[in-house]
Amino acid sequence: MNKKIVSVFLIAAWLLAACAQAATTPAPTSQPTSSEPRTLRVMTHDSFLASEEVIAQFETENNVKVQFLSSGDAGTALNKAILSKDNPLADVFYGVDNTFLSRALQEGIFESYNSPLLAKIPAEFQLDPEQRALPVDYGDVCLNYDIAYFEEKQITPPENLDDLLKPEYKGLLVVENPATSSPGLSFLLATIDNYGAEGYLTYWQQLVANDVQVVNDWNAAYYTEFTRAGGTRPIVVSYASSPPAEVIFAEEPLTASPTAAVTSPKSCFRQIEFVGILKGTPNRDLAEKWIDFMLSTTFQEDVPLQMFVFPVNSDAKLPEEFTKFASIPAQPAQVSPEDIAANREKWIADWTETVLK
Amino acid sequence: MWLAPLGFLALFYFYPLSSILQVSFARGESGWMGALLDTLASSSTYGVLGFTFWQAVLSTLLTLAVGLPGAYLFARYRFPGKSLLQALTTIPFVMPTLVVAAAFNTLLGPRGWINLGLMQIFSLEVPPVVLTNSLAGILLAHVFYNTTIVLRMVGDFWSHIDPRLVQAAQVLGGNRWRTFWQVTVPLLLPVVLAASLLVFIFDFSSFGVILLLGGPRFATLEVEIYTQTVSLFNLPTAASLAVIQLACTLGLTVMYTRLSNRVSRPLSLRPKTYTQERLASRRSRLFAGGMLVLLMTLFILPLVSLAFRSITHLESTRLDTQPIQRGLTLDFYRELSVNRRQSMFYAPPTSAIGLSLGYASATVLLSLLLGLPAAWSLARSAQNPFNRLMDPLLMLPLGTSAVTLGLGFIIALDQPPLDLRNSWALIPLAHTLVAFPFVVRSLAPALRSIRPQLHQAAATLGASPGVVFRTIDLPLVGRSLLVAAVFAFTISLGEFGATAMIARPEYPTVPVAIYRFISQPGAMNYGQALALSTLLMLITSLGILLIERLRVAEVGEF
Repeated sequence: MNKKIVSVFLIAAWLLAACAQAATTPAPTSQPTSSEPRTLRVMTHDSFLASEEVIAQFETENNVKVQFLSSGDAGTALNKAILSKDNPLADVFYGVDNTFLSRALQEGIFESYNSPLLAKIPAEFQLDPEQRALPVDYGDVCLNYDIAYFEEKQITPPENLDDLLKPEYKGLLVVENPATSSPGLSFLLATIDNYGAEGYLTYWQQLVANDVQVVNDWNAAYYTEFTRAGGTRPIVVSYASSPPAEVIFAEEPLTASPTAAVTSPKSCFRQIEFVGILKGTPNRDLAEKWIDFMLSTTFQEDVPLQMFVFPVNSDAKLPEEFTKFASIPAQPAQVSPEDIAANREKWIADWTETVLK
Repeated sequence: MWLAPLGFLALFYFYPLSSILQVSFARGESGWMGALLDTLASSSTYGVLGFTFWQAVLSTLLTLAVGLPGAYLFARYRFPGKSLLQALTTIPFVMPTLVVAAAFNTLLGPRGWINLGLMQIFSLEVPPVVLTNSLAGILLAHVFYNTTIVLRMVGDFWSHIDPRLVQAAQVLGGNRWRTFWQVTVPLLLPVVLAASLLVFIFDFSSFGVILLLGGPRFATLEVEIYTQTVSLFNLPTAASLAVIQLACTLGLTVMYTRLSNRVSRPLSLRPKTYTQERLASRRSRLFAGGMLVLLMTLFILPLVSLAFRSITHLESTRLDTQPIQRGLTLDFYRELSVNRRQSMFYAPPTSAIGLSLGYASATVLLSLLLGLPAAWSLARSAQNPFNRLMDPLLMLPLGTSAVTLGLGFIIALDQPPLDLRNSWALIPLAHTLVAFPFVVRSLAPALRSIRPQLHQAAATLGASPGVVFRTIDLPLVGRSLLVAAVFAFTISLGEFGATAMIARPEYPTVPVAIYRFISQPGAMNYGQALALSTLLMLITSLGILLIERLRVAEVGEF
């Protein structure tokens, strides 16, 4: 009996040591030159992805090792950054989106940095005039619909938000709860931009009358209720990048996407993601280089196939799959970050009252 | 004896918790009193609190209804395939909620097999079983997750109860029913209470199940705390709700402590070779058959359905001129090993599995090292006022909001030598926080039931307390140790929330990797999530079977 216990402990200790080894071994390869590479800590939300080569290129060029800290979803990561602002967890924080921008700026977690590459970025993305938060990418939350379903039933797919109230679309829509889901909140903001802060509740009442289904999470909507996943709802609130993703991640090669996004004016809500240097960082110079790198075409062109969002740098070219299968709304719905910060709680509470009660 | 567990709790639970509460209340205008009173005054709080209790009570009762007969089956009878069945019923404990929702969906979704079957048999237009956004979905998922707690804790304890007690009662004239109520039930009460408490606390603080399967109309305290913290950044309200949740948990555990102290009694424990019998009589065979069908439908069927889905082609587009691919495929498994887009954070399945196993082993070690002394102290001197204070406090980590505690780590552990905020060591520590109460609750009833005369006899023969512990207590609770180890192992393997907030993205554990796949559209992503989940199920069962094979000790004859 004793031998068995000892051997179990030994195995466990070995596993632990192996794990510790793996954890402290640097993941990306970097060639140390004459001086030891410095470490740059980049805090991100858990959807951050990039190609190995692209990051390795940055590391080699600057003799730095980048350490990524995945900190939960966008809201949780921001909260962590705010609560640790006196003793920042990292040098740079990426992942604030425009719905959280005012909160981040008000709490003063960022240092301003006027990157030279901002000249390549259209003014519509530069929501912070003081360059504390710099835009990196954007994604559009749009209605997605199942093409095959509408062909089979011989109904024209919806073309804008007004169409969703029509009788032929009764019982076909699934949306997410704005209190618990980021695309859900974006869709709510789109309706507020379309119908105004006074009229949006009437719109939602009519949607409820038209049998809209609400779930808590994008997953529950897309992978349970959406007809392509075996559900009963052929219209779902998702992203403009979901149709190209369906092609890229299809089991067998496809020539067209099985879903399409509704991208008519003001039907989609634009989410812009920002990066900023955290106040009090000891590595300001490296942080600036990192931000310049994130805004450069190298990184920007890598972003679509990794994170399935669109680059803000107007020089960056989109990959073929995106130009073929994605449609970018020319005129997305927009609500200012200050309005969102001021009214978020009220809007969500009123929406809950109208739709869920 | 209390030094290690107490130190651990103080450092990694009470200190972060008080930090975050302090900071949260400081952000409000009216301090902690004001925020708390505001929340208590709001009527929505009571609605949420009421629902949280209600669904937890219902879930616990249902879990007991399924688990107790199952425990009887495992305790009293030997039959081929028993350890495999036991391992399989523990797997649900490990599965991330997203995967469980997917598994249920393959069976009970609008186009799931059960619905399709029913629609065909009864010629229905609309799928009859609707599980999303329903209380039934929540209850079903809770039973699915937590029955293993009852099966294991009660089953293992029951299997050591001396059958001679029942036989003696029957000789003295008691019929089956009366013997059951007057002999068996009092003997089992301590462990049934312990299991019910754990199940209840888990259901009370349930998050993923309520969020995904309950839908927007159902909110528990935990969901509400999450919304207030993350979406609205309303820290004073979130902190008040967390305090309320803590108070409820504390109230429950204090009640439990009082009750369990009254019902514990020393027993003579017998080995399984003595207490278990074959399925000889027709009646027992019928019972076993029925229970097996129930257990397999409830637990094995969704898992098998999930595994099957991971090897079938997902329905392709109907737009293409190619015919729809049907049939079996291993494509998703193959794709797991391919880093198609040269992603930086890609982890091959072997490394994710290795990492998960590593964390799980660390958690088992740590929680046993901490839990054993704590359980022993609790059992030895239950009337000691210090022990009576510590007992309920030990359970608090289970009933604390994970979001709140996670933020607490950020605030509290930020100065060297404790700057663990970005350290990988935080993950096994967080897992141990959840596993350690489990270990204590599994071990305490067994330790309490050791007859004090044995200790006294050993002491008169010259044994020191350490020797007594090693030679008497450990062998007698060997089985419970394994039960505790299995729980710690599965808790760690399946833990998602804390790990996702802390993990280095290059080194994902299996649940984090599954989450990454399932949060993106595309058939390959969904398929890979299913494939990885099936692998998780496999390594869990292997791990459990391995742990159980360890004969730490069998109860000895004396």
